[in-house]
Amino acid sequence: MPESTPAELIRSLESTAREIRQEVIRMTYAAQSGHPGGSLSVTDLVTALVFHELKIDPARIDWPDRDRLVLSKGHASPALYAALALRGFLPREELASFRQLGSRLQGHVDRTKLPCIEASTGCLGQGIGMAVGMALDARLRGAPYRTYAILGDGECQAGPTWEALMAGGHYRLSNLVAILDRNGLETDGSTESIMGIEPIAEKFRAFRYHTVEIDGHDFSQILGALAEARRTTEGPTAIIARTVKGKGVSFMEGKYQYHGKPPNKAEAEQALAELARGSEARP
Amino acid sequence: MTAVIGKAQSLRDAYGHALLELGEKDPLLVAMDADLSGSTRTILFGQKFPDRFFDVGVMEPTMMSIAAGLALQGRTVYASTFAVFAAGQAYNFVRQSICYNRANVKIVATHGGLLVGADGGTHQIVEDIGLMRGLPGMTVIVPADAPTTRAATFAVAERDGPAYVRLTRENLPTVTDGSFQIGKAAELRSGSDLTIVAVGALVARALEVAEELAKVGVSTRVLDFASVKPFDEPALLRAARETGALLVLEEHSVLTGVGALVASTTSENYPVPVRRVGVPDVFGESGEPWALLDRFGMSKERIRNEAWELLRLRGKVQ
Ligand SMILES: Cc1ncc(C[n+]2csc(CCOP(=O)(O)OP(=O)(O)O)c2C)c(N)n1
Ligand SMILES: [Mg+2]
Repeated sequence: MPESTPAELIRSLESTAREIRQEVIRMTYAAQSGHPGGSLSVTDLVTALVFHELKIDPARIDWPDRDRLVLSKGHASPALYAALALRGFLPREELASFRQLGSRLQGHVDRTKLPCIEASTGCLGQGIGMAVGMALDARLRGAPYRTYAILGDGECQAGPTWEALMAGGHYRLSNLVAILDRNGLETDGSTESIMGIEPIAEKFRAFRYHTVEIDGHDFSQILGALAEARRTTEGPTAIIARTVKGKGVSFMEGKYQYHGKPPNKAEAEQALAELARGSEARP
Repeated sequence: MTAVIGKAQSLRDAYGHALLELGEKDPLLVAMDADLSGSTRTILFGQKFPDRFFDVGVMEPTMMSIAAGLALQGRTVYASTFAVFAAGQAYNFVRQSICYNRANVKIVATHGGLLVGADGGTHQIVEDIGLMRGLPGMTVIVPADAPTTRAATFAVAERDGPAYVRLTRENLPTVTDGSFQIGKAAELRSGSDLTIVAVGALVARALEVAEELAKVGVSTRVLDFASVKPFDEPALLRAARETGALLVLEEHSVLTGVGALVASTTSENYPVPVRRVGVPDVFGESGEPWALLDRFGMSKERIRNEAWELLRLRGKVQ
């Protein structure tokens, strides 16, 4: 990334995130399936990682020292595909093939089809375990790479999530960062009405994570938390990012009904118009 | 007898409504889900009986052990989620908490097989029939249509002990009159040259191919094998004896599914040529649901070719 002042950097990330959100809408609309809500909530976190934090290089996807990103909530694939496309890892036109027969862009991220994906996920509760394995490998090799895992809050109801987190804490993996997309919603409604996960920050702390709570749509807070994680040498860091499911599209915001429901034509048009207006408002 | 192929209906809706009726009849009955109640349709029960409905969130293994705990206190428990989570994620909890304990839990799993479609290979479980039929004491039902789904939902309640009912996400054409019975195969079409044994979404394809074969003088028996365990061994061996060749169709891995069951049963008792049409030893992928069946070796053309191959093997055609 070219050197830029923090304000410029943040403006640029915000504008990239708006483009990614538009692609999320286009992809789920074209496929008439997929998960817009959790893709839009995680967009700013993915943007900060792919466009700033991660040491990755589209020209060398198998660079051994690249940082690893595991999307444990693999259904948010549209956000990650769009970010990787804008960052140069795949042609932007390929986004149109999302979920089609023969596409590299599977419904849930798939490393066997798209090599810049570090780990295939989709069934919840497994990505964080793979991230722990990657972080252990780095330690064993003395490799400099860091591993980042993005979790859903519904995913935090799953036992394997905590088994993996326990292992990350136990092994004091300071090269591991668990990022929680705390959008408050899952498929059937709110996490707290279905199976409450609070007090979630205390749980991460009890599992030996240096735990930071931020607004997951505020880039200065996201970048600050990621920098803090890098400075943390005692053990792993957890970033609890409070987000809004469906962020950026008025009629999807805070609505569990858009977890796995794509926009229809009128909704897609309105969503794209709203996201485009957002970009004009902040030149 | 020639079955008619009726309009496509939702198996999941049939289940949801049947479960609601069961809830009205049995005040002790409890239903559970793991954050997919809209898709599995257990939400219908949940809205009517909120006190007896537990949507536990994303914790399929523990849903199974909680279900077993409830069942061991004398309740019938229905637990639903997608097949990949019910049979896959929760396997050892189904095995020990439910089957080993002989707990009266009815697992009704939706989204079995490739017809899951766009979600892709992670969600398209084609191993569940094999996993579930391998469990001692487990009843396994794979309905082909909505009427059988309704009948099977009631039938497993009548039979004490664990059950696994595998449903398909896509609407399926109605091919039965809903007179399903556990342990019985339904002969949907009589015939003497060849038998097609089919389950689930491929029963309608079996009937279509049988109809085409009839036009060129081939008489094809079609057995709907919805009751995979216990299965109708007499009907299977009768078909082997009377028609001399068996073609098995399943939207499931050929390694461990109904084809494997049919081949092993006939080879031990009355060996005849058996062909298995199903998913080869690969994972699925994203795509339009019905296009996936063609892509992964279950096209009508493939079924026809296998039928002709069997007829040639038996010397019934050149
Ligand atoms: C083990 C498992 N169970 C169920 C599902 C189906 N499913 C997909 S997303 C989802 C809800 C997840 O909620 P959350 O983690 O909060 O995701 P987000 O809100 O970020 O989209 C469920 C139940 C799954 N993918 N994996
Ligand atoms: Mg959530």
